[in-house]
Amino acid sequence: MSDLGANIVILGAGHAGGTAAALLRQYGHTGPITLVGEEPLAPYQRPPLSKAWLKGEADADSLALKPLEFYPEHQIDFRPNLRALKLRRADKLVELSDGTTLAYDILILATGARAIKLPVPGADLAGLLELRTAADAEALKAAVGPGKRLAVVGGGYIGLEVAASGRALGAEVVVIEREPRLLARVACEALSDFFQGVHQTHGVVFEMGASVTGFVGENGQVTGVTLADGRTLPCDAAVIGVGATPNDELAAEAGLETARGVVVNLEARSSDPAIFAIGDVAQRPMPLYGRMFRMESVPNALEQAKQAASAITGRPAPAGEVPWQWSDQYDLKLQIAGYPFDANEVLLRGDPASGKFAVFHLKGDQIQSVEAINSPPEFMMGKQLIGNRKAVSKAKLADPSISMKEVVA
Amino acid sequence: MAKITYIEHDGTEHVVDVKTGLTVMEGAVKNNVPGIDADCGGACACATCHVYVDDAWKDKTGDTSAMEESMLDFAENVEPNSRLSCQIKVTDALEGLVVRLPESQH
Repeated sequence: MSDLGANIVILGAGHAGGTAAALLRQYGHTGPITLVGEEPLAPYQRPPLSKAWLKGEADADSLALKPLEFYPEHQIDFRPNLRALKLRRADKLVELSDGTTLAYDILILATGARAIKLPVPGADLAGLLELRTAADAEALKAAVGPGKRLAVVGGGYIGLEVAASGRALGAEVVVIEREPRLLARVACEALSDFFQGVHQTHGVVFEMGASVTGFVGENGQVTGVTLADGRTLPCDAAVIGVGATPNDELAAEAGLETARGVVVNLEARSSDPAIFAIGDVAQRPMPLYGRMFRMESVPNALEQAKQAASAITGRPAPAGEVPWQWSDQYDLKLQIAGYPFDANEVLLRGDPASGKFAVFHLKGDQIQSVEAINSPPEFMMGKQLIGNRKAVSKAKLADPSISMKEVVA
Repeated sequence: MAKITYIEHDGTEHVVDVKTGLTVMEGAVKNNVPGIDADCGGACACATCHVYVDDAWKDKTGDTSAMEESMLDFAENVEPNSRLSCQIKVTDALEGLVVRLPESQH
């Protein structure tokens, strides 16, 4: 049952929270909507922060999800620079950092995730940066430039995108990765090797299988990264990109079910029927893979904003999606669809040396996931085949001269 | 600035002023026009900002890049006048542009 006049409070004004507010209005919600954000800015796109924005190719206006006047025009009470401190479910109240409270009929938690900090000596030195917010990106932009030495701790997507942008801005870049290969948690070995080669061609130096044991500095400013083997690599700034942890404490303290994220159902509803959780903070079911998981991606934030807004306004739930994500580095576009859960075969289509190829992860003759480099047909068709579960011919799939339109068995 | 008309699949029209330099996709998203999802925010990575450009505007909306062409080739409900609206930059010459939206973006 839906109540289009319900009083809705959204905690978190990122991609998920901002989109949920806009969709609720688009879907006909007429009751009050309050959007509470910790940052000074109205909801904006985060992906360009490590790419176009860092390189000065995008400005604040182009980052914004909606122009600032959108919020008053659509009776969305956007409140920046505010944090929720406590959730009082019995009273349906949220206590805020300015000492006020907000009452709600329906609460949407879109509190996101925060960067994991390295528990090592020197981690509080100036010049140690992370990249989650526009303010972080501003600090990073000021720290990189011709001749500057940038250390990137963590060879995941954020680290590699920062490395590419850093090189484009003329900085010397070293990437320090704990695992023996890049993208170890998220990509297959062929892709790891490929990306490392491309970055090396662009002058990025790698320290693989290397643990950071501390940072050294002068006058409070970082001057180097110390590794477990005793070496200290000099740097003017360091970006830490070693993963994120969900901001689910508010929910956990209020007694909601959490498990590395707020546990929700297919409607994005938590264990309290009046409370939804969406985006990076949500631990959600993914029927396609018969699993629960938490994803940190824009498509996931948008999908869950749709689920919650649909459930609240009484619209049919959106059709189940195939999760996907992308990354831009140099002139490479990486597009990933699905997750390689339960896959028992890895199939390469095309030649990595050509800079254009795709890696398919198969379970029997079904595609579980695809990683496509500069290969939109493989991504687009792969994504459809992951969703519709059609069997493919492996021989055809492995032969790039056969169109992706012909690979169904 | 250009006045652009977005027509939803059900015929609902939205006429909005879009700043020069933005894309046709951004014009829709920033004005809350339903029917253009633009999941990737304009990176030409998702094909969820698919529109049909009226024939009269085909030349003025510019060429289709190889990347866009290849994304469109595998999108659903594609017609000869299909474009990804994140790849169409708004200029004064697009004053009066009309684009139609597909039934769905997925």
